[in-house]
Amino acid sequence: MIEITKENIDKLFAKLDSDTRKSSYFLNPDSDFTRELVEGLIANESRYGYQACPCRLAAGDRNEDIDIICPCDYRDADLDDFGACYCALYVSKDIAEGKTTAQPLPDRRPVKREERPQFREKKVGKGYSELSHPVWRCRVCGYLAARDEPPGVCPICKATKDRFDRFM
Amino acid sequence: MKYEHIGGINKGKVMLFALSTCVWCKRTKQLLNTLGVEYDYIFVDQLQSAEKQETMGELEKWNPRCSFPTLVINDDKCIVGFKEDEIRAVLG
Ligand code: SF4
Repeated sequence: MIEITKENIDKLFAKLDSDTRKSSYFLNPDSDFTRELVEGLIANESRYGYQACPCRLAAGDRNEDIDIICPCDYRDADLDDFGACYCALYVSKDIAEGKTTAQPLPDRRPVKREERPQFREKKVGKGYSELSHPVWRCRVCGYLAARDEPPGVCPICKATKDRFDRFM
Repeated sequence: MKYEHIGGINKGKVMLFALSTCVWCKRTKQLLNTLGVEYDYIFVDQLQSAEKQETMGELEKWNPRCSFPTLVINDDKCIVGFKEDEIRAVLG
């Protein structure tokens, strides 16, 4: 079980910092704010076994919470619409460069369980029978992979294999 | 239920529903501390399941989305999220 120590916070912070640099996402430049969120992620990993969103109440069951495992399924839409994710761990380029600051925003996670991305009815695109491989879509960032199985980890947003849906 | 009490200036009944890991909740608490008002808060994520359910039921009455932070003032006004200006206007 991971412990909430300064060393573990530093380590995860450095990892997220390096991951975001490689994938053109941006962490909140207010490093105190960001470190507090990283601490929240570690606290959740320690009690639930995965990094559930620090600003939402987790159920403690991976499949129930999979849409709010960080980065959550709602991050990219919130970045598009508000320039920050719900927690403001991830922000737009403008905010990262200090042109504006992150503001609190409404939570877009559906209240109704059956409307959440992992429980919603999935439609598979037609025409797949003509393709040489099935196509998988990452629910977090939309990355598409044409291969027999989804990748173990999304190369763009680092979401795990169980967060991919069959797309075509 | 174990609400934590913080002493200060009495501006009526001030209740904060929060998560221990949420930074917007922390900022709300810090603002209440800066304003020096008397309030009670509860970290819903740290409750055992029966208590958690009961508290979520209470929270749902004020904020059907059950999001955090939710601030309830005098069993009447409800402020969802860290809305600094609104909180200052009511409690400042
Ligand atoms: S991306 Fe932001 S809102 Fe989503 S889980 Fe992570 S910290 Fe929370």
